[in-house]
Amino acid sequence: MNPHLEVEAVSKIYNAVTALDQVSLAVEQGGYVVLLGPSGSGKTTLLSVIGGFTVPTSGRVSIAGKDVTELSPAERPTTTLFQDYALFPHMSVAGNVGFGLKVRRVPAVERERRIAAALDLVGLAGYGGRAIHEMSGGQRQRVALARALVVEPEILLLDEPLGALDLNLRRQMQDELLALQRRTGRTFVHVTHDQEEAMALASLVVVMNKGRIEDAGAPKRIYERPATLFTATFMGESTQIRGRVSGTNMVETAIGLLHGAAEQLIGTEVVLIVRPENIRTEPSDIDLGGARIREATFQGAHYRVLAKTERGDQDFVLRLPPNSVVEQGRLLRLSCRAENLVVLAR
Amino acid sequence: MRRQIGNLLSGFYLTACYIYILLPVAVLILFSFQDGRLAVPPFKGPVLDWYVTAFNNPRMMDGLINSLKVGIGSSALSVILGFLAAYGISRYEFPARRLLQGVIILPLAVSYLLVGMGLLVTLSSLGLGPSLWVVVIGHVVINMPLAFAICLTQLGEHQRKIEWAARDLGASTFRVLTQVTMPMIAPAMIAAFCLCFTLSWDEFIIAFLVTRFDVTLPIVIWTMLRGGLNPQTNAVGSFIFLCSILMLIAVELLLFRKRHA
Repeated sequence: MNPHLEVEAVSKIYNAVTALDQVSLAVEQGGYVVLLGPSGSGKTTLLSVIGGFTVPTSGRVSIAGKDVTELSPAERPTTTLFQDYALFPHMSVAGNVGFGLKVRRVPAVERERRIAAALDLVGLAGYGGRAIHEMSGGQRQRVALARALVVEPEILLLDEPLGALDLNLRRQMQDELLALQRRTGRTFVHVTHDQEEAMALASLVVVMNKGRIEDAGAPKRIYERPATLFTATFMGESTQIRGRVSGTNMVETAIGLLHGAAEQLIGTEVVLIVRPENIRTEPSDIDLGGARIREATFQGAHYRVLAKTERGDQDFVLRLPPNSVVEQGRLLRLSCRAENLVVLAR
Repeated sequence: MRRQIGNLLSGFYLTACYIYILLPVAVLILFSFQDGRLAVPPFKGPVLDWYVTAFNNPRMMDGLINSLKVGIGSSALSVILGFLAAYGISRYEFPARRLLQGVIILPLAVSYLLVGMGLLVTLSSLGLGPSLWVVVIGHVVINMPLAFAICLTQLGEHQRKIEWAARDLGASTFRVLTQVTMPMIAPAMIAAFCLCFTLSWDEFIIAFLVTRFDVTLPIVIWTMLRGGLNPQTNAVGSFIFLCSILMLIAVELLLFRKRHA
């Protein structure tokens, strides 16, 4: 099957600054894609290129098998949920939701029906007559969602939609967005800088940095086996052990010779990555040596522990169960399973 | 103690300022109610005789109607042209955009006398005679920059995002302008209209230079004043003042109240 959304070698250069550098991406129909990256990584520019607001310097964008590179936002089968919602302040809730239908010359009776259905979909049934300024932040977001979905776009683009909401509301909206995406079966492309949000929502996470795609894949794979050091760091905490490939699947490090699935050539400088929850204090496949606890913070479900080797040349970050003894200076014998050690080029 | 003296002095200074500004207007209004042929102290009255005389004076009424025509016509044109210019400047990227913006604003700095003389010279070189139409053109020249500046301040990034949303939903530029942008900044546009109208309403120099038989109200008053002071001119002056004040209150309500909300 052809991908539903296809971005081919798209570049965007603003006054000699490269915002997007040869970005290619293919998304299946009904996927929930999250473009993840720090500010300035090009994620918003990519969304803007897909929506037609930014014309790429080179490359091609196709949606549902049709080349849309030359089309304006109005002509594309996409709609956008803007960061600050961008609702029409002078129209009622129903006026906002019905705007796209009016533009498409949908007859009044059918328009009414579809506005009501869309408001129902986002949990705002009966709010059609309200003015925008009477709605709370969360409600405005739902109005914006209804307005974008009522015209039945092939792809819904979401530009940091949860940034303005407080934590509780954000969690709730995450669940609702996911439910809405499943129910409508539409392709969602969502931009965020929050890796937790990305993991909670995405079927496909696209990690971006400096205008390039660093890594793309299922959230679990991206988190557990990141393809690059940037991805590993951006997706969350980890212990990083620097070393050099010294033989087949052998890495020489400050804490000794470690066995890891190193595909790199002998002599390559590498970094070994282990996630905190994968470091064990009982013997396992790979021995990481001894380390003393330097700091432990209680985080409810676990302790977050910072430890250091006796010689002080290697830091570890790991988790211990809440019933552990975590006094400073306690010596731990650390290890990890072979599949949890990821070898990345430096 | 020291603070009290300070407050007292500030209060005195403020009162002096307001008296300086408002006393002439207050005197003008007071003597419009004068009972007698001379608009000088001592004050006798109050009577509304001079208002009746003024509103029954055909020259005065012609001037009033001409002023209304010029005011409404030139203000409407100024706001429409100013809005379109502001939209173009704020929404499109093109070379020399800043320069063009400066050129649009420029007439604000040119004296009315120069605008009027320029129009007069242009008219005679085109072989056209003076008329109310030329006053309209002159007032558009001086007021359009103002309407442009007011509209420009209202067309910020937030409004741009909202226009994007409308385009994203399939709206054409015409639909965006008429159904999104204009309704969204309508209070500012109406305020700009009121401000332009106020300025056109009592503008004298341009109107004086480029009219001959059909004249505006300020010209009528000036002509009458040449015949000596007369409470009837006070009455008309008070009326003009009242109209201006009402317009300014409208501007205040539409443009500045909104920001505090």
